[in-house]
Amino acid sequence: MTVVSRPSTRTEPTAGGRVGDSAIRPDGVPKVRGEFAFAGDLWSEGMLWGATLRSPHASAIVRSIDIGPALAIPGVHAVLTAADLVGRNRYGLEHRDQPVFVEDVVRYSGEPIAAIAADHPDTARRARDAIVVDYEVTPPLTDPDVAIDAPAIHPDGNLFRQLVVKRGDPTTRGPVVVEGTYEIGMQDQAFMGPEAGLAIPADDGGVDLIVSTQWLHNDRDQVAEVLGLPPDKVRLTLGGVGGAFGAREDVSLHIHSCLLALHTGRPVKMVYSRRESFLGHVHRHPARIWMRHSAEPDGTIVSFETRIVLDGGAYRSSSFHVTANAACFAAGPYRVPNALVEAYGVRTNNPPCGAMRGFGAVQVAFAHEAQMDRLADACGVDRVELRLHNALASGDELLTGQRIEGSLPVAEVIRACMALPEPPPAVDDVLARPGGAGNTTDASSVRREVGFAVGFKNLMYAEGYDDDSVARCRLEDGVATITCAAAEVGQGFVTVAQQFARTILGVDDVFVDPADTSIGSAGSTSASRQTMVSGGAVEAACRAVAARVLEYVAETHGMDPEALTLTDGRIQSSDGRVDAVIASVAPGIVFEAEEEFHHRVTHPLDADGQGDAHVSFACAAHRAVVDVDPELGLVRVVHIATAQDVGRVLNPLQCLGQIEGGIAQGVGLATMEELLVDEGRILNPSFTDYLIPTALDAPTVAAAYIEEPEPGAPFGAKGVGEPPTISSTPAVVAAIRAATGRPLTRVPVRPDDVAGLT
Amino acid sequence: MSEQVVNEQYVLRVNGEAREVHDAWVGESLLYVLRERLGLPGAKGGCEQGECGTCSVLVDGALVCACLVLAAAVTDTEIVTLEGLQPDERGALSIVQQAFVEEGAVQCGFCTPGLVMAVEDLLARDAAPDDLTVREAVSGNLCRCTGYGRVLAAIERAVGATNEAAR
Amino acid sequence: MLAGGTDVMVGVNEGHRRPTEVVTLTGVEELRRTRVERVDGHEVLVIGAGVTYTALAAPEVAGRVPALAIAARTVGSPQIRNAGTIGGNLGTASPAGDTLPVLHALDARVEVVGPAGSRVLPVREFVTGPKRTALAPGELIAAVHVPVLRGPQDYLKVGVRNAMVIAVASVALVVDLDRRELAVGLGAVGPVPLGAPDACRWLAHRLHWDDDTVRLTDPGDAARFGTLVAEASRPIDDHRGRAEYRRHAVGVLAARALRRATS
Repeated sequence: MTVVSRPSTRTEPTAGGRVGDSAIRPDGVPKVRGEFAFAGDLWSEGMLWGATLRSPHASAIVRSIDIGPALAIPGVHAVLTAADLVGRNRYGLEHRDQPVFVEDVVRYSGEPIAAIAADHPDTARRARDAIVVDYEVTPPLTDPDVAIDAPAIHPDGNLFRQLVVKRGDPTTRGPVVVEGTYEIGMQDQAFMGPEAGLAIPADDGGVDLIVSTQWLHNDRDQVAEVLGLPPDKVRLTLGGVGGAFGAREDVSLHIHSCLLALHTGRPVKMVYSRRESFLGHVHRHPARIWMRHSAEPDGTIVSFETRIVLDGGAYRSSSFHVTANAACFAAGPYRVPNALVEAYGVRTNNPPCGAMRGFGAVQVAFAHEAQMDRLADACGVDRVELRLHNALASGDELLTGQRIEGSLPVAEVIRACMALPEPPPAVDDVLARPGGAGNTTDASSVRREVGFAVGFKNLMYAEGYDDDSVARCRLEDGVATITCAAAEVGQGFVTVAQQFARTILGVDDVFVDPADTSIGSAGSTSASRQTMVSGGAVEAACRAVAARVLEYVAETHGMDPEALTLTDGRIQSSDGRVDAVIASVAPGIVFEAEEEFHHRVTHPLDADGQGDAHVSFACAAHRAVVDVDPELGLVRVVHIATAQDVGRVLNPLQCLGQIEGGIAQGVGLATMEELLVDEGRILNPSFTDYLIPTALDAPTVAAAYIEEPEPGAPFGAKGVGEPPTISSTPAVVAAIRAATGRPLTRVPVRPDDVAGLT
Repeated sequence: MSEQVVNEQYVLRVNGEAREVHDAWVGESLLYVLRERLGLPGAKGGCEQGECGTCSVLVDGALVCACLVLAAAVTDTEIVTLEGLQPDERGALSIVQQAFVEEGAVQCGFCTPGLVMAVEDLLARDAAPDDLTVREAVSGNLCRCTGYGRVLAAIERAVGATNEAAR
Repeated sequence: MLAGGTDVMVGVNEGHRRPTEVVTLTGVEELRRTRVERVDGHEVLVIGAGVTYTALAAPEVAGRVPALAIAARTVGSPQIRNAGTIGGNLGTASPAGDTLPVLHALDARVEVVGPAGSRVLPVREFVTGPKRTALAPGELIAAVHVPVLRGPQDYLKVGVRNAMVIAVASVALVVDLDRRELAVGLGAVGPVPLGAPDACRWLAHRLHWDDDTVRLTDPGDAARFGTLVAEASRPIDDHRGRAEYRRHAVGVLAARALRRATS
């Protein structure tokens, strides 16, 4: 079976662009021409369409499943349930706690019961609707606080993690005390390109899967286990990805489509509708957070206590780690001598939650920044000054006792952010005012206020995880090819990989191969880690190739390689005998190197949550200017100024794009984004009612970059994707509080809350 | 459960060419037919509800969501997709496409085809739109990656380049 | 029966509607035309059911029925406005439909054709419940007859974001300088679009009317009017908004619309 895809995701070289340049992304041209192949664009001769039957109930026992009526529909080729699995009916990102198909117990609304393959997507849907399932509906466990002590709804119990972080003497208290309880609703990653994949049965009894994902190898392992196949018989290739933001870290249609392909002997394409996408991937953990800060009258933080409850939904995904992140970064980027953190990641019958950009730090930042404003007001200290006064710096200790060895320029991001100019007054046009196209608000109804917030989190994975990536560099006649399994999801890794190769080798033409499992794992595109880990592997591979070129030239000239330098594509010897361009110095010779990158060792947290658990950190500050219509409770986020700790700007244009995109997601969480869940069911699984910002909602952004190189990171650069999502939300809400006087302890804020009706 | 009838046969005029559609189900959207029957996957399926704009195409010169158009109902129209913006495969990028690439307005690229169509449509009707007019004109094109900053910068660049070219 | 498809096709794509036969109306020219009639010495704009929101926002309609043009501009996106039609908005009869409060306030009439011939009935009788109309089987909406009034008009709609929202609450206000009357239409705060005749009658007597303008005699009347209009609303709680907020919002929108009309 041949796969006839549109021109592949293989990226073309672009002219110029070294580290520090705003290099144009190599897949930009295919994307603007509509020629870039997203996973959903693939097509294959003889292809069938897959569909999934999902439980509407959040908690139920399945008494029986009758697939007969579905099989009777002409054009239906397969209907598979748990009964059809030969391998293990279990999958999961780290811990295989989730069934591929429900056997008997339904634990969330949307849980897969069966998969169908048919010759037309509508036939597959009709077959799905024809399956008769006898559910015995049971009361769902939906309150995470209750779930902690409630009877287990899963053999692994209801607690994904309970983590305590204890520092100093938490009973110490300063004279000024501020306490509050905060809530964060369920945000969704809402990437534009719904889940899609094409599974093709192979002649060797294995399967080839082209799929949009964040981590090819982890997916491959899970698929292989369920299929009962050795890993080398399950080959994954990255199909073009329409955004991820954490939602593609877990498998979705991968196993279902491969099962259908192997069962029918035909290629099977699965593309989720938007509704199924909302049901079919993990979401951001909703949280309930109590915090109590105490301080000296001058604002010096004395103590910090918090209880954090994260609703992880029905299955584990990455809840274990989100809980740790929330705990470790709960106090924000400030020095805290005494602290007690209790963090719970809890299983309920709500939709499963997992990775979303910001990963636990987003939730606690909303709380700690609200607290810092209140603490400043209680001390009679300026809100920005309070933060500067307590700001962490390199050499300080975190809540977990870890000393910050790398860079963390908190004071610098605060000052740089505040130094950015404020925006001009609003244009006198109803479209520019809160309510926008709804024509609701006149100039006299608007109050403009400013809010400020700072946040930070870790980069890379933590707690002793030996993270790694591998990359290959091949150089022939001045053309370099980079091979790495790092998933490009829009963030621009492929551009940075080219920039590294151009800078190190001094060539202009750099191809980046499609990502697949034929090379070793690059790990997940998450945790702001690809720049360091896969970037580190690319850098190492390019440097290894450079060294081999110099060795070759040295040998052919009877010289010591140490006498040669490679600068900007020119190989020169100290005695002047060699002066050649790398592109022509070894015609027809292939230089190749494959290198692995590991970051430095980290350690687990002990029983008091103490330990050297994190690799690296990044911080950012945000100042939000918001126009509020207090009477109607409507909001227009006008402008956000930000300064971010980036280590080194690899690509100014891409860096700005990541910052603007992350800020938009933060604005969304502040003002409009929430999956409403009632008795475990999502009420608004559509773009009609899960609202994300439009162009009329997006603020203008002014950004400043603080470049303090990070040791151990390629070119000193830090991943930039997450910090923009962390303190943007609290900055916006702080401005709305200033405009209305309302406490606004929950995000997203609703017009009711802003207008003071709740 | 009634059987799905797949015997629709009709001709669509797409990007200046007559394209035949065979053995189709009457309920197929224009988006489905373009992508799955006519080999034109430029328009994307982001929501199938008209909320995201990733499927934007021109039907008789009007920008519409192809997911909300019944393919069999537009047989007497001129349909233009992103692929039709350039008459030949090796053609240069349009001013709008070039601006999107150069201003970093493309990240994952899923919203890009629909956005480019919307911007081409806007600039064909209004050569010098102000910021608010632009924002409203693309308010039906959701983007999750860029936060619209570089998109608006690209449109500004395209406006400048278009007016430059017109002189 | 398919015109713009912006409501119907959503159901088809989801698999809720499985058409076997479709009659498309977009090629029916008369449905896309707008003409002016004189009825008993008054102007009436007869808008074909197939007229799109984009066309409603154009000068031919905007010059005569400004509230309809304003409402049309609040709908969705350019893509939706180019396809969606006034007939579709009436036929779907969503409580949040954007043209409906305007048509209600103007006491527009819906012309319906069917096998038994054609009939005209008030919009206020045409929309009978949430997503329910008085259309009999085999009938089509042919046109909407909209009185052309002299005086300020407006439409305001609340949603959680600044574009592309389904109304959480909306208010249309139309002023008739000749009859010295005004009317409101309320959207998304009842099973059907609602009026507030008592509030409007109360206010009309308190306004200062000239040939070409109408003014508040007491600035506090705007808020009072808002409260009375809010009392006429019958909102429910749903995932888009709570009743208490919707009632509050309607009052605020009515007061603002009035201030704009009288300034």
